[in-house]
Amino acid sequence: MNRFLLPLGAFALLVIVLAVGIKHSPEKGIIPSPLIGKAAPSFHLPVLNDSARTLSTSDLKGRWYVFNVWGTWCVSCREEHSFLLQIQKSGLIPVIGLDWKDDDDQAREWLAQLGNPYEVVAVDRDGRTAIDWGVYGAPETFLVNPQGIVVYKYVGPLTPDAWETEFLPRLPAHRAAKS
Amino acid sequence: MGRGLLIWLTMAVLLSTRVVLAVDTTQLANPALQTRYLALTHELRCMQCQNQTIADSPVGLASDMRREVREMLLAGKSDDDVRNFMVARYGEFILFRPRFSARTAWLWLAPGVLLLIGLLVAVRVVRQRSALVGQDNEPVEEDSPPT
Repeated sequence: MNRFLLPLGAFALLVIVLAVGIKHSPEKGIIPSPLIGKAAPSFHLPVLNDSARTLSTSDLKGRWYVFNVWGTWCVSCREEHSFLLQIQKSGLIPVIGLDWKDDDDQAREWLAQLGNPYEVVAVDRDGRTAIDWGVYGAPETFLVNPQGIVVYKYVGPLTPDAWETEFLPRLPAHRAAKS
Repeated sequence: MGRGLLIWLTMAVLLSTRVVLAVDTTQLANPALQTRYLALTHELRCMQCQNQTIADSPVGLASDMRREVREMLLAGKSDDDVRNFMVARYGEFILFRPRFSARTAWLWLAPGVLLLIGLLVAVRVVRQRSALVGQDNEPVEEDSPPT
């Protein structure tokens, strides 16, 4: 009996280690952002539909906003586009776009064809701002609070389900309505 | 003759694929910087194709990240500056060689601990066995050769 105890104990330990590993492993391919709880990375970029204008992080301070990284080359961005339009229609929160490594003309055409859900679109031609935000694949959607702190990050095409369960509960309007 | 041709063809194919596979053709003027550049790009993960380094990955994001590494090195930043820059944006996951911290200590120490346990077990087994030999006083039965 005694001589089985040690191997059995070792096996149990192995099972525990693996179980913890599986439970903690993030959903395949989704990496938690180290930006959550930190200040939104600053940028100063040209605006898509107004060549005279630029947009900086400081312009966005003082209110909640959704920061959506997209590109016309990104197939899943087309998938989430109609839902972004719905968010805009709800008037709950402004959606700010970051057009990532894209062709300006194509981007304008895309918005003209599919509708423009963005209050303003900043243009990241060389991809530096995307790296600053830790973006690794479009679409990615951030929620930023009035103090300019990143509250949440969602990877992949935004779904109504994710909006209801992850974004809305973090917004103060929703909290007030609930209590 | 047929075999000789085959060998030449194989070599030709192998050599040409090597050229095709070179994703990153960066050549920094300073050889010391080039060495550091190669080392760094080979230990940073391409976040888009997560099992490749940014040195090996042909995707646009990897080349953007190589550009960041290159520019930081040319600006006189240290290797750790580059690592910190990437970790601040993408998290520890971007490092193929995790840094030693409270969270990663077990990862670095486990092999040593396991080796130690193995050594202890081996020593115990050997001791037990030699003790058995010591207690065994019976003479070994031997066949005597026929006379």
